[in-house]
Order: sequence, then structure tokens, then C-alpha cells
Amino acid sequence: MPSGSVFGFLGPNGSGKTSTIRMLLGLTRASSGEIRMLGRTMPTSLAQVLPRVGALVEGPAFYPFLSGRANLLRLDTADRAAPGRTREARVDAALERVGLTHAASKKAHAYSLGMKQRLGIAGALLMPRDLLILDEPSNGLDPQGTREVRSLIGSLAGEGATIFVSSHLLSEIEQMCTHVAVMSAGRLMTQGPLDELRRQGVQRARVDTLDVDDAVRVLAGLGLDPAVSGSVVTAELPSDALPPEQLNQRLVEQGVRVRGFSVSGASLEDRFVDLTGEGFDVAG
Amino acid sequence: MSQDSSPAGGLGVALLGSELRVLFRRTRTIAMLGALAAIPILLAVAVRITTGGDSGRGPAFLGDITQNGLFVSLTSLVVAIPLFLPLTVGVVAGDTIAGEAGLGTLRYLLVAPAGRIRLLVVKYIGAAAFCLAGTLVIVIFGAIIGALLFPVGPVTLLSGQTVGVADYAGRMLMMALYVTISLLGLSAIGLFISTLTSVPVGAMAATIVLSTAAQILGQLPQLAFLQPWLFTTYWLGFADFLRSPVSFDNFQSNGLLQLGYVVVFGFLAYGRFATKDILS
Repeated sequence: MPSGSVFGFLGPNGSGKTSTIRMLLGLTRASSGEIRMLGRTMPTSLAQVLPRVGALVEGPAFYPFLSGRANLLRLDTADRAAPGRTREARVDAALERVGLTHAASKKAHAYSLGMKQRLGIAGALLMPRDLLILDEPSNGLDPQGTREVRSLIGSLAGEGATIFVSSHLLSEIEQMCTHVAVMSAGRLMTQGPLDELRRQGVQRARVDTLDVDDAVRVLAGLGLDPAVSGSVVTAELPSDALPPEQLNQRLVEQGVRVRGFSVSGASLEDRFVDLTGEGFDVAG
Repeated sequence: MSQDSSPAGGLGVALLGSELRVLFRRTRTIAMLGALAAIPILLAVAVRITTGGDSGRGPAFLGDITQNGLFVSLTSLVVAIPLFLPLTVGVVAGDTIAGEAGLGTLRYLLVAPAGRIRLLVVKYIGAAAFCLAGTLVIVIFGAIIGALLFPVGPVTLLSGQTVGVADYAGRMLMMALYVTISLLGLSAIGLFISTLTSVPVGAMAATIVLSTAAQILGQLPQLAFLQPWLFTTYWLGFADFLRSPVSFDNFQSNGLLQLGYVVVFGFLAYGRFATKDILS
């Protein structure tokens, strides 16, 4: 995970995202293999590493009989590295950051799902963190809440924190992340910058033209397999096909009146399904 | 330490403070302490309004209350020890880890990171503080209601001497300490059971059942060989403080026995909790 990135951790339900996060945070032990976090071996360096990590794991959890603010104060005392002098100020700043100042003195059981989610994120922001691990941060949030979380993550990343976001929602990851990893059935299928993952998919040329038949002929002559819908001809571009600019040139040279020409990668969704399989029984 | 800002520092004093605040501000804890306070109050009021005097039945010292209000605390302790105190201590000790696990807050405390051993120690100290608080509530409310409803004067000890009110108050505080220590073994058992589950009610019930079972075993003559090892054996052994000079035999044996339970179940709890996978 490059530092400063927003790293999306993607996978269908049951693919091992949360298990991985539990192991990273030392809540469970790995049955084999080695874990390194912030350059240190886990779980032997837990005590040194965890204060630099803020986390939201498997949904937020609070003492229902305490206020939101009292919950954060309580959580902060558990962190030995957290100075008591600034505790109240840091708690208030975290509440402010997630927009819960007005509800700070309400009991946590009176919070809505979205408010709990935000309070959980505030708990991860009590101290300046090098790494934030957010498991399904927009779970249960309404569209506005999802947007807020997204912009919060963006601004945190802007301040230099590295953020690890797990989600099964592709659109979320696509909008927030610079890097992505895909899990399926407990295995890491791929990881890398988001653009790279997009490029790995099959590209597709889309030609909008008045001369549909001619376009089909030209493309077929180049060894492609065009498909027609209305005035649009599309064709998959295998990696050994002509580069798009030459393709367009050929079309024009052959007298095809091209209105529009575009090349797009396969949608991330297609790529995701390629990697994790179709249907409900993906995890086998 | 709340004023310590170095990354490695901090023994967990802030966490302990937070634990005690959360424990003693919780409605459930206050209700249990209130129920314990009600024991001497009900007892004293009942004795005051029934003028029939001593029928010779009921708990020890019950008939003495009318002569001297100072006996209310003592009688209440005798009444509370077999059932009410273990009941409330079982609730608090059983809730220590399982309660956090049940709420899901355990994973956040550990990720903070609270440190597993530190969290166990803090939780145990919290339970021990409740033992002391529960006992003191009975003794103090007993003294207050006794002084309000009955005459107060010098107390005749079991060994025949008569001591003043101040001397007797000191003896009552020693008794409160004795009862608190008596409950430490049960608290350690509760802490251990609490590490086994994420269902707090289960841990509470198991702890309370064990305390009752141990008291029943202690009364079967056939199991006399077992009795020196039961954590309940010395629970009612505080009459020593009503003799002059005070005998510390029971105090020592009880302290050693409870210490043994704390060490054994403390290590069991540590062994279980240090490597436990936190899935809740």
C-alpha cells in the first residue's frame, strides 16, 4: 500500500475482507504467514503500531447508556499514547469533524445508524493517524451521508493520511480510491492503481456513424467483431488490434462518415466480476 | 497516566478512572447499590415496627438491634453475604469482559490499543472496587438507619468486654474490609468466566451459580475435606472482630485463600484472554 493513497479493498461478502482487517489489527491471529503493517511485523509490534492506526471495524460499537461524547472520551483513555491534557479538545474536534457536535450529549442508543457510523469514524480520528482502516465506512448511510464520508476521506487523504477502505460497493471504491485490491474467497486476486485495473480489462471501440454497413465492413476487415445497435457500431479491441487513432483513420479513409469515436475500458464492474466470479455462490 | 504524553507511557490510570466512572455511573450499578442499601433499611424498619421483640428466630444479632442501633450494620452483613452480595458481585464480575464483547466495544478498546493484560487488570480492579463499595454501602446505611431508629451506645463484645462507639466503628470497618476480601476470589472467577463468552448474562449467571454451589458444598458434612478449599468457607468468619483482643486467624486464612483464587483464576483469565480471537 503506497503511503498517502486511498486504498480500496474490494470483495464480495464473505471474501475475507473483515478477516484480513481483524488480523491486521491483532484481534485474531493468522494461522500462517506474516503480517507487516507500517513497516513492522504484526502482531509482535502491536503496541507500537496501533496508536498510529485509527480503525472502524465491523461497524461502530458504543456503550448505549453513555453520550456520544462520553463514548469517545472513554475510548480515548484506552489509548496509552493519547495525552490526557488535550483529551477533551481532541474529542470535541473529532465530533466537529464528523458533524456531530449538536448531538454530542445525546445518549448513543438514541443515535441513528448514520450518526453511529459517523461517531465510529470520529473514534478513529481522536489522534493524528498515519493509517486509517475503515471497514465499510458508508454502510447504512443515506446518499448525503455517503457523500459526506467520501469527502471526509478525501480531505483526510489530502492531509497525508493513508486510508484503507474496505467495501463491497464498487461504485464507492471507484469514486474514492486511488489504489485497489480485490479479494475473493479468501485470496487476493489483484492489486494496483485503480487506472491500471481498469486498463487490464478489455477495451471497446465505439463508432457513431451514418454509414453503419461500411463501418462494419471496415472493422470486420481489420479482424474485429463489430456489433450494431442503431447508428452505433461497437467492437472489442484485443490487445494486438490497431491502436484507436489508426482505427479511426482507416474508417475515415474508407469513406465512413464518423460522427463520434471513443474507446473505453471495460467497466470496473465487469473487471470485478471477471475476478470474483458470477452469481451468489462466488465464495463457494 | 492522564498527564503523560510520551507514546510508551501510561500505566492505564486514565483507563482505570474511565472504567470506574462508567461502572459507578451506570444505572444498573446504582440500582444494585440501592438494593444493597435497602437491606439495612428494611431490616431496621421491620424490627422497629414489630414491637413483639426477640422471638429467638431470624439472623444472628437481629434481636440485639432494639437495644443498640449499631447492630443493624452487622446483622445486614450477615443477611447480605450468602445471597445479595454474591449476586451483585456476580453481575459486575461476569460483565467485565463479556459485557464489552457483547456491545462490540471490546474490539475498539483493544485496537486503541488498551493492551489485553492492562484491560484485564483494569476490569478486575473495577470489580474489586464494586465489592468494597457494596460492602461499605451496607455498613454505612446500616449505621445511619440504626442511629436514627434505635438508641446507640457502648457495645458488649462476644468476649464480654464493653467498647465505645468509636472503637466499634473501627471494628465495623475492619469487618467491611474482611467481607470485601472475601469477595475477591469470586470476582476473579467471574472475570475468568467472562473471558469465555460474549454473552454477559451467561457469565453473570454462571458466577452466581458457582457462589451458591460452593456454599451448599460447604454445608455437606460428607464433603468436609473440600471445605478448606472453598472460596466461601470464611465468608461468615468475621465474628472475630467482635472479640477482644481481635483474632486475626480467619483474616489471614481468608486472605491467603482468596489470594490463591485470585492468582489461579487471574492466570486462567490471562491465558484465555491473551490469545483469544476477538470475533464479536
